[in-house]
Amino acid sequence: MKPAPFKYYAPHSIPEVLDLLNEHGYDAKILAGGQSLVPMMNFRLVQPAVLVDINFIPELSYIETHDKGVRLGAMVRHSQAEKDTLIKEHAPLIHETMPQIATVQIRNRGTIGGSLAHADPSAELVVVSTALEAQFKIQNQKGERLIPASEFFVGLLMTSMEPEDLLVEVQIPPLPSGSGWSLKEVARRPHDFALMGVAAILTLDKKEICTEARMVYLSAGDGPISAPEAANMLIGNKITNELITAAADKAAADEIDPGSDIHATAEFRRHLANVLTRRALEEALQRAKDEK
Amino acid sequence: MTYKVIGKRVRRVEDPRLLTGGALFVGDVNLPDMLHAAFVRSDYAHAKIISIDTSSAKEIPGVVGVYTAEDMGEAWEPGPPLVSPPPSLEGVTFNSCRQVPLVKDKVKHAGEIIAVVVAESRYIAEDAVEEVYVDYEPLPAVTDLEKCLEPGHTLVHDELDSNLAAHLVQNKGDYEAAKKEADLVIKRKFKLDRGAAAAMENRGIVVDWDQKNQHLMVWDATQSPIPIRNGLAGRLGLRTHQVRVVAPFVGGGFGPKIMMFYAEEMVLPWLTMKLNRPVKWIEDRKENFYATTQEREQVQEVEMALSKEGRILGIRQNIIHDTGAYDPYGLTIPLNTQSHSMGPYDIKNYSSELSVVFTNKIITTPVRGAGRPQGIYIVERMLDIACRELELDSRDVRRLNFIKPDQFPYDHEIIDQAFTNLVFDSGNYQPAYDKAIEKIEYDKFINEDQPRLRAEGKYVGIGVVPFIETTGVGPYEGARVAIEPSGKISAATGVGTQGQSHMTSFAQIIAEQLSVEVEDISLVSGDTAEIHWGTGTFASRGAVVAGNAVLAAASDVRKKVLKLASKILETPEDELELEGGQVRVADIPDKSISLGELAVLANPFRGAVEPGTEPGLESTKYFGPAYGATAFGVHGMILEVDPETMMIKIHKYVTVEDCGTMLNPLVVEGQIHGGVSMGIGNAYYEKLHFDENGQLQNASLADYLIVGATEMPHIEVYHQNTPAPNNKLGTKGVGEAGAIPVPAAFAQALENALPNYDLEITETPLSPNRLFELLYRQED
Amino acid sequence: MDNTYELNVTVNGTSYQETVDPRTLLSDFLRDGLGLTGTHVGCEHGVCGACTVLLNGEPVRSCLIFAPQVQGQEIMTVEGLGTVDDMHPLQEAFREAHALQCGFCTPGILTTLLPWLEENPNPTEDEIREAISGNLCRCTGYQHIIDAVKLAAEQMN
Repeated sequence: MKPAPFKYYAPHSIPEVLDLLNEHGYDAKILAGGQSLVPMMNFRLVQPAVLVDINFIPELSYIETHDKGVRLGAMVRHSQAEKDTLIKEHAPLIHETMPQIATVQIRNRGTIGGSLAHADPSAELVVVSTALEAQFKIQNQKGERLIPASEFFVGLLMTSMEPEDLLVEVQIPPLPSGSGWSLKEVARRPHDFALMGVAAILTLDKKEICTEARMVYLSAGDGPISAPEAANMLIGNKITNELITAAADKAAADEIDPGSDIHATAEFRRHLANVLTRRALEEALQRAKDEK
Repeated sequence: MTYKVIGKRVRRVEDPRLLTGGALFVGDVNLPDMLHAAFVRSDYAHAKIISIDTSSAKEIPGVVGVYTAEDMGEAWEPGPPLVSPPPSLEGVTFNSCRQVPLVKDKVKHAGEIIAVVVAESRYIAEDAVEEVYVDYEPLPAVTDLEKCLEPGHTLVHDELDSNLAAHLVQNKGDYEAAKKEADLVIKRKFKLDRGAAAAMENRGIVVDWDQKNQHLMVWDATQSPIPIRNGLAGRLGLRTHQVRVVAPFVGGGFGPKIMMFYAEEMVLPWLTMKLNRPVKWIEDRKENFYATTQEREQVQEVEMALSKEGRILGIRQNIIHDTGAYDPYGLTIPLNTQSHSMGPYDIKNYSSELSVVFTNKIITTPVRGAGRPQGIYIVERMLDIACRELELDSRDVRRLNFIKPDQFPYDHEIIDQAFTNLVFDSGNYQPAYDKAIEKIEYDKFINEDQPRLRAEGKYVGIGVVPFIETTGVGPYEGARVAIEPSGKISAATGVGTQGQSHMTSFAQIIAEQLSVEVEDISLVSGDTAEIHWGTGTFASRGAVVAGNAVLAAASDVRKKVLKLASKILETPEDELELEGGQVRVADIPDKSISLGELAVLANPFRGAVEPGTEPGLESTKYFGPAYGATAFGVHGMILEVDPETMMIKIHKYVTVEDCGTMLNPLVVEGQIHGGVSMGIGNAYYEKLHFDENGQLQNASLADYLIVGATEMPHIEVYHQNTPAPNNKLGTKGVGEAGAIPVPAAFAQALENALPNYDLEITETPLSPNRLFELLYRQED
Repeated sequence: MDNTYELNVTVNGTSYQETVDPRTLLSDFLRDGLGLTGTHVGCEHGVCGACTVLLNGEPVRSCLIFAPQVQGQEIMTVEGLGTVDDMHPLQEAFREAHALQCGFCTPGILTTLLPWLEENPNPTEDEIREAISGNLCRCTGYQHIIDAVKLAAEQMN
């Protein structure tokens, strides 16, 4: 299973990358961690004519605080994020997510930016960044812009980026105080793509009334799937088991659109979504209460 | 014999090279001027070939040639049957259809080879594969075992009048009469699905034709180098001394690496002789799913008649077995199924009708277990169901039905895979079963742990399953042992090694006979230049058949040593001792001679020898048992299931194994651990998803789920020793035992964990999705 | 070849300068280009772990890296761990515990464990299982491997 031939470039600066992207357009693919791209190339499912290797650009590997949250350069490796203390402190949901991504060998090469740009609806970071309302900084030769996660993922393995765009940074805003979070997923083996998963965030005020709720699902459609109607059932209320059950029923039955494949049917996925929503909301609720 | 090495936990002599990256696997063979092959494989499972256009592929720089069946001309010939069709037993139908090197007119399974590209690198060869254009006329694919025998169904082989590959009926006693006496008759249908061996090393072959020497060198990741050598010589019009086949270190076999021939094994030798350059082909993982054999698919209807005490009066069974597109492996697998469908039980009446069918899927040949798991599965499941209906304790019913020690050898009066009567040579089932029950703390679990955990909302269950395994079948194996002038020992046997530790366990046998260190013995297996006669590594027979040949050869060398030493030291043989590589006179330690010195004296350059003497201290012996040795064991597991997510965790796993004399307990335990991991795969993870077009939908390790370290429980292994009466070592095989009872134990434990769900499992493998359907009755 | 790349890389302490086709997978570069056949290829899609090597001290899948990507960097393969006459304690422990049967997956497991054991000198069974969860083995059922790791942890301290 050897890849088809390609022309290889290893630029050492962002302007060089942008030049190459501009020149080659759809013929070029960016090579970041390669953990998603190279298997596809080895199977010859994709055969890019040009590979632009961005692993030699030093200025994309930073992790810094930013507006009480954190920002990460697109080439931060998963393993780097996993061990980072700033992320542990300021983006604990990300910290909890990292060890669940694939295996240690994959995490040593895979990058935050690469995973997000690949936009696989089964990728934890895709769903968690959406739940956290992350912003993505895109650069091209004309300048840079910020895109919110909700506008970044537009379809199955598709983002709103154009061929000349480069994702350079991910900004994770802080959660409001009084927030709890949870990521629950079900996979055949711990490091496989999940059959179903949900990232849940709940914010409570001083009277334990829910002021904010977010649920975003993994492997539930063509991209990260949010369940705003189910979330709305929680907002403005004290969260009880009955309410959690109702929200889970709503999200699983009406708001997600999972497909069927050899590992799970859509029916089973909906069933799992229901179970995991309940468990995620219970954990998020407990954490929100503990956080007070 | 005071110097004991057999039965010791000796560390392996083969390990240092393997651990430091210095062991040769077929993929490591690198020869000057070597070319690389890649294959154009059919995407369709069933299709006529209208045309093949290789013109643009040939244009690619670095491509040496692109060849089809037409190019092979008279060299094109289907492979021979690996296992001879059954001798003409009355009532046996067998239609032999054998695999082809390159497809001529009609593709019969996805992955069959249409053309071969030879190029300077594998990368370039794969580029060229993409440039070969095949015009197919797709045909409906034959995939359903039950429907494919209906009249008018599409045929896999047009020269036959149906998809029936074989048919036979086996009868013992009188089932109909037994049924009339029964208090309970239960009937169920079982579906057992395909799995892959999925060894970590894919297949591979390197061939090198030396035109000047008229010699063909073959490195092949095969479990049977000698038959490959013989078959290739015959096929290519060469003498056996013109062909050498070496199976180097092989990264796992588990069954599918034994074939004669895979298409690639027919094509590569033709290529090297045509091109006069070495040619290498290493299978990639995707090809492995399409081109390497698989096993286990059957549909069975089983009826069991019992008394109200739970005594099995008889079994009737109808098996439909899938052989895939061809049947080179004869009836081995389904005959094994029949041999195991009565389990370890004393059943006087058995009637089993077997139909083997052709489908447009990859050929089935044995995969660890080789038909045995299916037999054990159905008999244990039927017993579990009977126990529920009769409201009897499953342990009492097993004990009631075991064959008793004084009933051995037990002749089952049906034929086995060797076409001889199925005879269980020895056994002592009850103590093994009792031990498993004790070690898994069955009573404590049922009476204390399970109720307590259920009250906490946890669903835990227990399953304990006894089983037998026929092992050590013939026809024969050979071994050569020789003492070299250095005093070190060299040995050879024909059973190749794919991880079974032969280089060490066989060395232990020799070490004990000659009183030398295991490290001083160098054993070669899998090189046809070292030993001429043999069959291969399969059916859990290496230790029994080759091991006993090694024992015979080593003890013969010992005799020669003592005889010669007696003459040299002028002392009667019974006053001589072997120790530390020396022969010495008992009580006179100075009067001694080393084995090396003796070896030199045994092979004089000049002078006269006594008539009838053989030179050297060497012996070649063969061992062929009249019938196999029947190993047995018991597996027990405690598992927890989350009935919301369908996720499983195995908390405790206990095995009791009885393989007679153990050569090396470390090795036996390793084999059990590995077998259990495959068994767990077969129970809940490994399923090959073929669609109705015969397309495999999960041809990658991302989607075909092999269990990892986090899925495996800790396995406790307990031993029992009922020596095999028919071989001097008293040993039985154990290579497949770990895999055999697992799906049955898993089903029992799962049903035990979920009593409120009215669950009855009659299929394998399961999966979370399937369990969800069974629990929530989504279908049927 | 008009599409070539000049690669400079250090493997097991030795510097190499080779001309490669840029699409050459690192696994093939090590095995065929440098003759270091200890690293094995099991799947070429990053799942089985047999091809794991250390890149700048961290375990990675060599089948998912193109040779040019290791320009100027340091690689360790199983051949760098020890020799037949001078095995690393981890290799010795594998031998003692019968942690390998066919040996095909073993190099990838050794390289994965080497840095991990330095950071986890006293691991529990569950931690060991998690540590090797990215390496598939079809022969051993993993149990003797776990025994070997515990033994190695003891020897290495």
